[in-house]
Amino acid sequence: MTAVSSITKSRNKSNKLPWTWIITGGYLSFMLVIPVIALFLRASTTKTFWEIATSPTAISAYDVTFVTALIASLFNGVFGTLIAWVLVRYDFPFKKLVDAAIDLPFALPTSVAGLTLAAVYSPDGWMGKLLTPLGIRVSFTRLGVGIAMIFISLSFVVRTVQPVLQEMQKEVEESAWSLGASKSQTFVLVILPTLMPAILTGVALGFSRAVGEYGSTVIIASNVPFRDLIAPVLVFQRLESFDYAGAAVIGCVMLVISLIILFTINLLQAWGSKYDDN
Amino acid sequence: MTITKTITKTITKENFGSKAKFFKMETLLIGISLVYITLIIFLPALNVFTEAFKNGVVPFISNFSNQEFLSAIRLTLIIAFVCVPVNTVFGLCAAWAIARHKFPGRAFIISVIDLPFSISPVVAGLMIVLLYGRQGWFGEILEKINLKIVFATPGIILATAFITLPFVAREVIPVLEEMGREQEEAARTLGAKDWQIFWRVTLPNIRWGLLYGVILTNARAMGEFGAVAVVSGNIAGETQSLPLFVEQAYKQYQTQEAFSAAVLLGLLALVTLVAKTIVEQKTQIKDVE
Repeated sequence: MTAVSSITKSRNKSNKLPWTWIITGGYLSFMLVIPVIALFLRASTTKTFWEIATSPTAISAYDVTFVTALIASLFNGVFGTLIAWVLVRYDFPFKKLVDAAIDLPFALPTSVAGLTLAAVYSPDGWMGKLLTPLGIRVSFTRLGVGIAMIFISLSFVVRTVQPVLQEMQKEVEESAWSLGASKSQTFVLVILPTLMPAILTGVALGFSRAVGEYGSTVIIASNVPFRDLIAPVLVFQRLESFDYAGAAVIGCVMLVISLIILFTINLLQAWGSKYDDN
Repeated sequence: MTITKTITKTITKENFGSKAKFFKMETLLIGISLVYITLIIFLPALNVFTEAFKNGVVPFISNFSNQEFLSAIRLTLIIAFVCVPVNTVFGLCAAWAIARHKFPGRAFIISVIDLPFSISPVVAGLMIVLLYGRQGWFGEILEKINLKIVFATPGIILATAFITLPFVAREVIPVLEEMGREQEEAARTLGAKDWQIFWRVTLPNIRWGLLYGVILTNARAMGEFGAVAVVSGNIAGETQSLPLFVEQAYKQYQTQEAFSAAVLLGLLALVTLVAKTIVEQKTQIKDVE
């Protein structure tokens, strides 16, 4: 009898939802699901949704944001892969310091990044001094936005490519050489295809971060529409002028694009893990 | 005989030639990487410290008699003090639920947890304003019970908690998965209770992953700018966190003051990097986010 009742008891217990699930579900709904729904509802109940979303100011802000972020992340795709290669394959003085410094853009608060970049590239800053005589202006221009985006998204490519390179066996390359492939052939035909999923994942992660970036870009840019105004700053400005509908619409457009990028990243990672199994 | 000789000769020659070329290539690649990292990372980082101390330590120290600066430090510490424990508890629960159970939609839940990494901080702040602001969903109720969230500390904490939500869960899930459940089950058959299993078996196994997540959460919580800027209203001495103080000072052309405050956050970044490197050496995790 006692045995039976203890079995029913334990069965009851297992039917009950574990409290860890309740906390997880509750917190996620409260912090993520409800806010996202609120944003979608607020934007979709705005009658002038398309007018606001496709207004010339908004279009130019998307242009500055997405094109600049794309250029910045592709730039980091090339140099990030190079840095990962150098860190994995070669030895040089202060390698550990360099390796640790790659994470600095992540650890440094974005307003500090913006402040110091603005100072370095101001006409009397370290880099500005060299660039101003050449007629290149960085602060308060789109170039400045690009440099801030390069700074904050550099870590991603390095950190996604590094582990793949570390695991890649040198034998594969060596057998390619012994079969008569040149160094460049080996790189293009053997190494690069294996690294590609990781490189693209890193580029996509960096792009996603650059698109959403606010702190460093708002400080280095002049935030003038049609010049260097980015979409997150536009959302901020709309909110500051209490134009909630405008802010919600543009915020919604950005949220949808973020979701698409997140989906793409997941696909890329699935592609990359297929390589692992082989 | 002559043939063998020539072959050996050509082999050695070729080897030697390619080795010299390889060496040159290596130096070139290292050189380019170092120049890039110096321009993008080292120069700006170094600049924070040189600008802050170019007139000696006096401006840095005198900042500590500035009430607004002190209140910004206090607010930043309060934010971290609330957000880090809350997101650690959530992260542990979520990691447990996800790593210890197989259920449909598991991958989807992981993506949902990752969402704050993809959403722009400004949009995150906007969502909080749309919910708890005056015109928001809960605006009226909040006004009735006289609770201010937006333009006050609770809103700032909510925004920061949103941004830092994924870190702990994300670092703990893979460690838990790798650990497996055999040890926990063994403890259970030996009569250990849930709490005992957690403290004695699970926690010692996941401690480095957990610590890593906590370090990242703390760095981001203290340094978050965008989301906090949207919900804070930026009232000096009241709702201004340290990163906001830096921006405000810069905007008001008090560059010296801005850098004196920025150097504190720069030190935070350095401490974070050192702690991160130590934990990485213990566990060989490497993750940007």
